[in-house]
Amino acid sequence: MPGLEDLYREIILDHYRSPRNRGELETPPAHRSEGFNPLCGDEVVVYVDVDDERVINDVRIGGQGCSISQSSASMMSAAIKGKTVEEAREITRAFKAMMSIHEHELGGEVGSGEIDGEIALGDLEALRGVVKFPVRIKCATLSWNTLTQGLDEVTAEP
Amino acid sequence: MTLDTATVKADFPLLEREVNGHQIVYLDSAATSQKPRVVLDAMNEYYETINANVHRGAYTIADLATRRMEAARQKVATFVGAPSAAEVIFTRNATEAINLVSQTWGRANLHDGDVVVLTELEHHANIVPWQILASERDIELRWIPIDDQGRLVLDDIDRLFDGASLVAFSAMSNVLGTITPVRAIADAAHDADAIVLVDASQLVPHVPTDVEALGADFVAFTGHKMCGPTGIGVLWGRRELLEAMPPFMGGGEMILQVTKEGFTTNELPWKFEAGTPAIAETIGLGAAADCLTSLGMDAVREHEVSLTAYALRTLAENHGDKLRIFGPSEPASRGGVLSFEFADVHPHDVSQVLDQHGVCVRAGHHCAKPLMQVLGVNATSRASLYVYNDESDIDALSTALDGAADMFAF
Repeated sequence: MPGLEDLYREIILDHYRSPRNRGELETPPAHRSEGFNPLCGDEVVVYVDVDDERVINDVRIGGQGCSISQSSASMMSAAIKGKTVEEAREITRAFKAMMSIHEHELGGEVGSGEIDGEIALGDLEALRGVVKFPVRIKCATLSWNTLTQGLDEVTAEP
Repeated sequence: MTLDTATVKADFPLLEREVNGHQIVYLDSAATSQKPRVVLDAMNEYYETINANVHRGAYTIADLATRRMEAARQKVATFVGAPSAAEVIFTRNATEAINLVSQTWGRANLHDGDVVVLTELEHHANIVPWQILASERDIELRWIPIDDQGRLVLDDIDRLFDGASLVAFSAMSNVLGTITPVRAIADAAHDADAIVLVDASQLVPHVPTDVEALGADFVAFTGHKMCGPTGIGVLWGRRELLEAMPPFMGGGEMILQVTKEGFTTNELPWKFEAGTPAIAETIGLGAAADCLTSLGMDAVREHEVSLTAYALRTLAENHGDKLRIFGPSEPASRGGVLSFEFADVHPHDVSQVLDQHGVCVRAGHHCAKPLMQVLGVNATSRASLYVYNDESDIDALSTALDGAADMFAF
């Protein structure tokens, strides 16, 4: 039986209490995307400032949600800041692979359940315990899906 | 007559189980109630001894199944004071009951420029069906506001009801527990020549209900919140309205005659019950009505008022300013639905910690997002009470909240 200590790791609570990169960016030049969890009403806003070299120069997180969605968004912002769009997508894939062990059971995409060995997730590893609480996977992936949507929109722009 | 909760609890097999090493403490009956053994037995007995389709076969078990199902309809009619079982339409749930009205009565009677009045307390089930109609034709939706205790503000209803064709509202809020003054609202609506639909999903399981005394034209409720199974709900309507309404879904059972040229509808209530009905579930709902009748709905209400008072008092004493309970502060004017905010802990995290203590509460918007917006929150935690809950369940909730405070102490 998974215990709460598997879910609420200290580093998660730290990001929840002191979220990184919280706030807004001016749009444009930054891009704003919004995500909702229809189950609980949580919302996340992701601002990304992507330059001509496709580098994410800055990122800010808005919205509100539970400790898992907020800490995941905070860690995500720290992980992708300064990375290229492609690198951010790689990290997203690695993170979702870590989360997707149960996703196929929920009707979502089928993942390998394996983490890409090339990608270091750092603090994000702390969220590994979330997979033991399938209901919370959507909390952890909310900001990542919103980021993906934002990056898709940025790179689709002429 | 008062409830002996120890005896009541023993009739609900699920309540014997453990969750995460604790005896389960089930505090989510506003979402769905647990089921007593008599309901499960009635459904099993149908399948094991008289399973046959209804209203068709002439053989013995088909006749028994038909009679058992129609007896259940009579039990439900009696339970809510319906003048005739012919006015009791079985649906899948309360949502379908309300959609039945919006799609039949609504399509026939609501036209461009008409007004539908709702309240800020409503569940999505009594909002979206009207928004669907309003998206197809030019219907104005008006909203009765609430005050800071979650009670309807009726000062302005003469203006709100002016020109209204329909007033549709909840008898008891599934979020705040607010019991609304159904009769007064219905009378005012009728004075304005509006039709009245009452969403009684939270009322019927918890408060003695007489549809005639409510003064409504339509009353929708669901089986699974009143000790019955899922998949069975009820629409009660006044006979003359039901007779004038076009049919809902087309198919078997709802017809008297079908030719290549057309069809004629069956008589009430089958006119609105196309296809093979949920026979076992209907029989289960009949058993649930029997069960609640034998407990006594006055006793059920008395038990819940007293337990709600205990909960409001105990939680306030133990958690003080950290806990904010929404809704009316007076137990007699509310049901046992306690939506709350706990410190700065998100409802998802509250319910996660509570689950580790075996305590089941709901976290989220409770299918009432417009109400959440009025309350200025994204989500709440919600503990809701029923016949099998007692003071020990409230104490367990209170203790588990201490665990949440420890985990998230900022």
